[in-house]
Amino acid sequence: MEEKKIINKRAYKQGYYPPIPTGMTKFFRTCKIWQFFRFIALNLKMLKVVSKSH
Amino acid sequence: MARVVILGAGVSGHTAASFLGEWLGKKHEIIVVTPNSQWNWIPSNIWVGVGKMDASEVIFGLESVYKKINVKFKQAKALSIYPEGSIDTESGFVKIEYTGQDKAGQSEDVEYDYLINATGPKLNFHMTDGLGPENGFTSSVCTYSHAQEANVKLNESIEKMKNGERQKFVVGTGHGMCTCQGAAFEYIFNIEHVLKENGVRDMADLVWISNEYELGDFGMGGMHLKRGGYITNGKVFTESIMAERGISWITGAHVSKIEEGNIFYEQLDGNEDSVDFDFSMLIPPFGGVGLKAYDKHGDEITDKIFAPNGFMKVDADYTPKAYEEYRASDWPETYQNPLYKNMFAAGIAFAPPHLISKPMSSPKGTPINPTPPRTGMPSGMIGKAIAKSIRDLIVRGENTPLHTASMANIGAACVASTGMGFFNGSAAAMTVYPVVPDFEKYPEYGRDTDLTFGEVGLAGHWIKHVLHHMFLYKAKLKTGWTLIPE
Repeated sequence: MEEKKIINKRAYKQGYYPPIPTGMTKFFRTCKIWQFFRFIALNLKMLKVVSKSH
Repeated sequence: MARVVILGAGVSGHTAASFLGEWLGKKHEIIVVTPNSQWNWIPSNIWVGVGKMDASEVIFGLESVYKKINVKFKQAKALSIYPEGSIDTESGFVKIEYTGQDKAGQSEDVEYDYLINATGPKLNFHMTDGLGPENGFTSSVCTYSHAQEANVKLNESIEKMKNGERQKFVVGTGHGMCTCQGAAFEYIFNIEHVLKENGVRDMADLVWISNEYELGDFGMGGMHLKRGGYITNGKVFTESIMAERGISWITGAHVSKIEEGNIFYEQLDGNEDSVDFDFSMLIPPFGGVGLKAYDKHGDEITDKIFAPNGFMKVDADYTPKAYEEYRASDWPETYQNPLYKNMFAAGIAFAPPHLISKPMSSPKGTPINPTPPRTGMPSGMIGKAIAKSIRDLIVRGENTPLHTASMANIGAACVASTGMGFFNGSAAAMTVYPVVPDFEKYPEYGRDTDLTFGEVGLAGHWIKHVLHHMFLYKAKLKTGWTLIPE
């Protein structure tokens, strides 16, 4: 039987160094309830930016 | 009765025209001169470029909208400005040439009491050999028609992948002096999303190429964000987004030449290389539209009114200085031309005093640095501030104080969103405050770290859709439009 080669395909490549989101982070990015609250929070922040800019 | 002439109807010109029409349209004459009959909400061109939106959803006819607020519309391009008038007339005027309204090719002199130059950018594809959809090998999303063409080419590549042919996509900036990295940034994520939807992501290689020193510079010298208990540079945030999607990147790159299937570039460290492609969308460098200016006797004074890059000089401090000496106060506040006080420049049309990012060049001396972004929210705010100043000058008299909108006091939002479904999209939402860092006010990072943030998720995607509909509603001057902020 042919031996399966296991290689470290990421090391020393560009994509090896930046932070990659965990499963939990990805879950919260798409969780509708959490994102509803983030939608409100982001809108408030953007409104603050707009009001400070005017 | 005063006459205000506005050259251009992009975000800043249209904002200025809308408010001036609303405030002064019944008693004074407001004229918009622009070569296009359609208004284009450019941020949504990205969705046109991946076939998620029809061009008709991002444009509308200007003339009928301007009729609502008594603004006259001339479909024409401005050729030259005579701020002192001529031997025959005391009043300043603009020489225009019609591009539509059954008068194409006819010229006219349009006199003004106040002039707003909001001509936007000239897309300088010619600065890189082989760049652009018209005479080159790359696509663009800078106009809705370019975006439509990009979508056709993208679909051709998708079909090839479905037939088993691997494809390489290269997206980014097409010259060392480009700005507007955000548009290309959003486009590469939309391509990645569409490839996934079509089940061909594994058949594609995606490469980002940019003139930024590091990812996340965006022509604003980067930004710092609060994330995970740290204040971290936007480079980490941006690289994370790229790495998560399996996109590789080339930074500090000046694209010097493009041949069919090959992009040649030079980098800040002197490296010269090329990257092959099957589909490429590269943003061109921007320049002024090439307006000329003449004095009363017909002698050219273009260099007194415009900077060498073609953008109009305003109340900025143009004294050449080192990056370390850049000050927030160098940036213009009123956008009034210093020589002719009845002329203003808004949005991309004003000449920035210097870069925001650090000026850099390759060992051969090629400048490789993003130029300052002046689109979107800042453009709208500048347009409105100028409209307020002109309104007050007309109504209250010449000694009235002018309104201000320095980019060192205003923020900007960039939302890079993918997908069209309510629940299956995602976005990287970013805001910066202020756009131009102010190290006197914010000594550590130059910006307010509470208002400068970035976040990935569904919420940003919803915001992007809300913004699309809200700004189009506002631009069409529908009921209550003045209540919607710029």
